[in-house]
Amino acid sequence: MDFEFTDEQNMVRDGISRLIREEYDFDTRREVVASDSGWRPELWAQLAELGMLAAPFSEADGGFGGATEAMIIMEEFGKGLAVEPFIPSVVCAGGFLKHGGNDAQREEYIGGIISGEKVFAFAYAEPRGRYDLANLETSAKADGGDYVINGHKAVVVGAPWATHLVVTARTSGGQTDANGISVFVVAKDADGVSTRDYATVDGRRASEVYFENVKVSGDALIGEADNGLPLIEKVVDEATAAVCAEATGAMKITNETTLDYSRQRKQFGVAIGSFQVLQHRMADMLMEYEQAVSMTYLATIKLDEDAVERKKNVSSAKVKIGQAARFIGQAAIQTHGGMGMTDELAVGSYFKRLSIFESEFGSVDHHMRRHIKLVAG
Amino acid sequence: MNLEFTEEENAFRAEVREFIENNAPEGMTRDMASEGDADPATMREAMLAWHKTLGKKGWSVPAWPKEYGGTGWNPTQRYIWGEENARMNTVMPLPFGVSMVGPVIYTFGNEEQKREHLPGIISGDVWWCQGYSEPGAGSDLASLKTTAVRDGDDYILNGQKTWTTLAQYADWGFFLCRTDPDAEKPQMGISFILVNMNTPGIEVRPIKLIDGGYEVNEVWLTDVRVPATNLIGEENHGWTYAKFLLAHERSGIAGVARSKRGVEQLKEIATSEMLDGKPLIEDMGFASKISQLEIDLSALEITELRTLAGEQAGKGPGPESSLLKVKGTEIQQRLTELTLEAVGHYGAPDARSFPDDGSNDFPIGPDYAHHAAPTYFNMRKTSIYGGSNEIQRNIITKMILGL
Repeated sequence: MDFEFTDEQNMVRDGISRLIREEYDFDTRREVVASDSGWRPELWAQLAELGMLAAPFSEADGGFGGATEAMIIMEEFGKGLAVEPFIPSVVCAGGFLKHGGNDAQREEYIGGIISGEKVFAFAYAEPRGRYDLANLETSAKADGGDYVINGHKAVVVGAPWATHLVVTARTSGGQTDANGISVFVVAKDADGVSTRDYATVDGRRASEVYFENVKVSGDALIGEADNGLPLIEKVVDEATAAVCAEATGAMKITNETTLDYSRQRKQFGVAIGSFQVLQHRMADMLMEYEQAVSMTYLATIKLDEDAVERKKNVSSAKVKIGQAARFIGQAAIQTHGGMGMTDELAVGSYFKRLSIFESEFGSVDHHMRRHIKLVAG
Repeated sequence: MNLEFTEEENAFRAEVREFIENNAPEGMTRDMASEGDADPATMREAMLAWHKTLGKKGWSVPAWPKEYGGTGWNPTQRYIWGEENARMNTVMPLPFGVSMVGPVIYTFGNEEQKREHLPGIISGDVWWCQGYSEPGAGSDLASLKTTAVRDGDDYILNGQKTWTTLAQYADWGFFLCRTDPDAEKPQMGISFILVNMNTPGIEVRPIKLIDGGYEVNEVWLTDVRVPATNLIGEENHGWTYAKFLLAHERSGIAGVARSKRGVEQLKEIATSEMLDGKPLIEDMGFASKISQLEIDLSALEITELRTLAGEQAGKGPGPESSLLKVKGTEIQQRLTELTLEAVGHYGAPDARSFPDDGSNDFPIGPDYAHHAAPTYFNMRKTSIYGGSNEIQRNIITKMILGL
């Protein structure tokens, strides 16, 4: 048993931590979020230069690591509430390519992801599909050697910044069948792709993406036709572990900020941190955070196990960390009192990010149900 | 023991329901008053529409004694009135005039003050705000530092108030100020002063909140000259009046009727949202959360009715109102959590940022999802304001448990 990181992994953490600390203080983040583009392409280039966008790829693909490196990076992202699309582009699109891409596809796209020139978003959710990855109204119809995609993808995070999309679509079967699902790479500027872009309440950008007779060649298919679901589930589990790491980083700062505030804020002539009711609440916040760290590790470690073991543990982590995120976010605002309600303090932004995290890649309820099915079956 | 309403009470319900259905203005919600970019004059009028209608009818201040313009309704009738308004989602008169300063003025003010201020509160012509909290005086309100120094026939006010709700629309404010800095106890040197918000030296700075709205303000007071005749009651006795007012603020804070309506809306959403091909509301997991909420709400409702019955029997609302505040706000917050859960992915988009191209052909998620997250964020305030829930538990501990 060993919870130590390698020297190389510690270097990744140091590098990303310094970058976020120096380049992404809260005021900078506020400006970035309010800007027209809503992100920092120059920071993305810097991340690429530092090799961070290569971190989760194997050496054969031009990288040097795997899921643990992604976890470390996202934890640091979470501490600074960085909005850049590491999960959609590197973890999700990167995941599809490394687990399902053929040599030509890896050649064509992974280099671009690592260099930052190609930015991906992952278009999987649909307006009526909730968190069910197999519930797809978007269709891809075979047409000679090509496919024609039609449909509407919901809340595609990072899509306004993307050059490319990974799209899940139904190639055969009924709307919720496990079989008949395929995965495609689509250039965002392809004919028939249109978007409605917007901000999210937690400071990121997303789009509704519409596909109207979008024609892609057979080369755009990643993995097996009609048998895409196991690949999608694997990649979404990797993304879930990464977003859990992000939330864990955000919770760490939320707790520290709250503790600081309780030491500084005086009422009734004393620091409010001297009141036992607030002390116990902060003790609970600490316990929730420590368990979140544990569950992030667990989920990350289990990503390469068989599908049942992987799913069970990723869902356990998402349940536990989703609950922790709600408790810690709410407790932080309450302890800050009226100041916690203001846009001025950072704690409100952490609370909002944690609130939206709760339902990303499946809510607590969704993962609880998945866990029940796995342990009962 | 009997939970049935009497025939008279049912007749009363029918009467007020008919009036509300025929007269309530449509399409207005309380949230809209804090939109940062709204035209203040239009917003103010829209917010006051129902208040003014009620003013003409004589129903804007039902809890007041009849001699001052009240309806003479008993607590049960007022409860029914609240329920029927919640049913129609009307924008009720803001509490600052009607439930707070009004009762202080008719209880502790002089005849001249009653003549000057009560009619405007009743009609809705005058918008009031509350100058209580300060940056350094929140839960510990008695430590407030804003000063009022006597100068001839005037007081001169200096200091800063904060969390002043909707002060950007206010004509008048009631302020707690320190008039005796050397008083034995901090509570003993405070006075209750009415201030015309147009007086030179007052600056109102809106505070942006985490939901993006501007519902509260900082109010800066720099050498604000106020006639000494604006003092309520006796100098240095303001704390007594403030405590009287806080008790009034807490009654009705349970918000049972509004939460009932919220549960109905949540059920509608959970009926539209689909899970595994069936309405979300048919999922046992989610349905049991809604049931739990309804059960909690039912416990709160009967507890509030018991308090009402006590009031009707002549017992004023005591520390039990702390229980109503804590449980009422917990339910209000839980409701917003479940609504955000119910809307799924579409909780994330920020409706304020939607493309303004006038097109409804490509809506971004269902309408009911647009305010789920901001409302969830906003409602965190309820366990903080009006005496935080920690303070309410302290009150219960001290006043009821005697610890």
